[in-house]
Amino acid sequence: MASLGRYLLAACGLAAVLLGVLAAVYVSGFGRHDAASDVSRSRKTANGLFMVSIEPEKGAVRQGELHAWLVTVTTAAGQPVEYAAIDVSGGMPEHNHGLPTSPQVTDYLGNGHYRIEGMKFTMRGWWQLRLSISAEAGSDTVVFNLAL
Amino acid sequence: MRRVAAVCLAFSLTAMLAGCDRPQFSDAEKATVASLALSALPPLQPDTTNRFADDPGAAALGSTLFFDQKLSRDSTVSCSTCHKIERQFQDDLPLAVGVGRTNRRTMPLAGVAHNAWFFWDGRRDSLWSQALTPLENPLEHAGNRAAYAHYIKARFGERYERIFGPLPDLSTVPANATPLGTDAEQAAWAAMTDNQRDDVNRVFVNIGKAIAAFERSLMPAQTRFDRFAQALASGAEPQADAILSEEEVQGLKLFIGRATCVTCHNGPLFTDGSFHNVGVPPAANLPPDRGRIDAVAQVEADPFNCLGSYRDGGAEACGELRFMRKTGVELIRAFKTPSLRGTATRPPYMHAGQFATLEQVVANYLDAPASVEGTTEQHPVQLSERERSALVAFLKTLGE
Repeated sequence: MASLGRYLLAACGLAAVLLGVLAAVYVSGFGRHDAASDVSRSRKTANGLFMVSIEPEKGAVRQGELHAWLVTVTTAAGQPVEYAAIDVSGGMPEHNHGLPTSPQVTDYLGNGHYRIEGMKFTMRGWWQLRLSISAEAGSDTVVFNLAL
Repeated sequence: MRRVAAVCLAFSLTAMLAGCDRPQFSDAEKATVASLALSALPPLQPDTTNRFADDPGAAALGSTLFFDQKLSRDSTVSCSTCHKIERQFQDDLPLAVGVGRTNRRTMPLAGVAHNAWFFWDGRRDSLWSQALTPLENPLEHAGNRAAYAHYIKARFGERYERIFGPLPDLSTVPANATPLGTDAEQAAWAAMTDNQRDDVNRVFVNIGKAIAAFERSLMPAQTRFDRFAQALASGAEPQADAILSEEEVQGLKLFIGRATCVTCHNGPLFTDGSFHNVGVPPAANLPPDRGRIDAVAQVEADPFNCLGSYRDGGAEACGELRFMRKTGVELIRAFKTPSLRGTATRPPYMHAGQFATLEQVVANYLDAPASVEGTTEQHPVQLSERERSALVAFLKTLGE
């Protein structure tokens, strides 16, 4: 009789632990967004040719509004990269879709600074912004993760 | 043994009671609910492409024109034929019927001025250029712009001139002419001088700008959900007509959570204003409808688009068109996310009225069937029958 009680207690405890673990996994969204965890706004391009920094021109991003970003491109040694050709793409990897707009670099502001216009994020979640950069030093690509 | 059983019982009772308690919202859920409330709708931005957008005289004329059947080929169709004022400005039909039957469902108009793109596929980029399109569509009003200009001068000349300035001399303009109509109308249009064409286009455009000024006043009403959201945000217990039932709350939590509806149906109008392929099956007996991918060229070619010469104000207002996405498989069979406000009382659903009930709509989203062309963005979601009913119950709170 006593051993049955112990079994019951053990089963109860085990169930509670399992429930707790499951809840923790569910709440933390374990396993999802791994690739999105690095949301730094300064990154080296894939082959290390450039250092690229991005920031929204007006500081904050409002969902659903067209807005501009500023991009700064330097060489790995920190020299500003002048008059680079920058192609902008991206999207939401979890939703099989690209960016809702076709953003473009509309201005070179000097000293390695560029303006991208036509950015828009229509939903919350994990977005990627991919910049393909061509300059004298060569061509290289960088992907930024953005969490909205 | 008894003690052990009692402990177990106490555990399960506590867990059950916690479940039965008034549903708690996490801070993240509260923020999402607040973002959906009507009170989060920002004030309507000025439309600099239409300098009459907030002119009360233009809105009054626009209202008259909206209900005027004379603004059609046979004097039988007005905007309100399909956009019925007593029916949320829609017509309850799977496919709109003007002079003929169209291939699309009439869209309701509450909050329409907050859109960047118009029609199910976004083939127009302003409220005023949208209003012009059905006027010359052979299946809708089926009229032509020369006839409309003559009609405005004859019937509303004085009102028009008080708002828009002097009407042009139309005495030598043919009675019927347009670049889009019958062969005879197109020939008449081709025979006109550039000045005559521009004169007629300006009167035509001002019809659209007046109707747009009127439509800017059409806004959604506060609903039970909005009152609930307000109470939730303030921390007060929802009272009377702000109460959501347990089932409705469960539906709301699914809507903003596991069912992922809020991904696209976001913001106080429950739409992201964008275009998505969600695997909606084609309507029977209609030609293929490819949605956004075919609308891109149409809005680019529209002489009344934001970059055309009939825009007021500067080109800085044309960002949506300038940076419009033009290619990509995801534009195939992509249609605009519709607002869900008032949705429960206006079946049928989707761009061609494919679904008769909200239950069918919910099932399509959760089952995520493949698209007949292109790729659906939907992923399957497992919900029980009770959870599906809860989602529908929540949607009904958006219309009371």
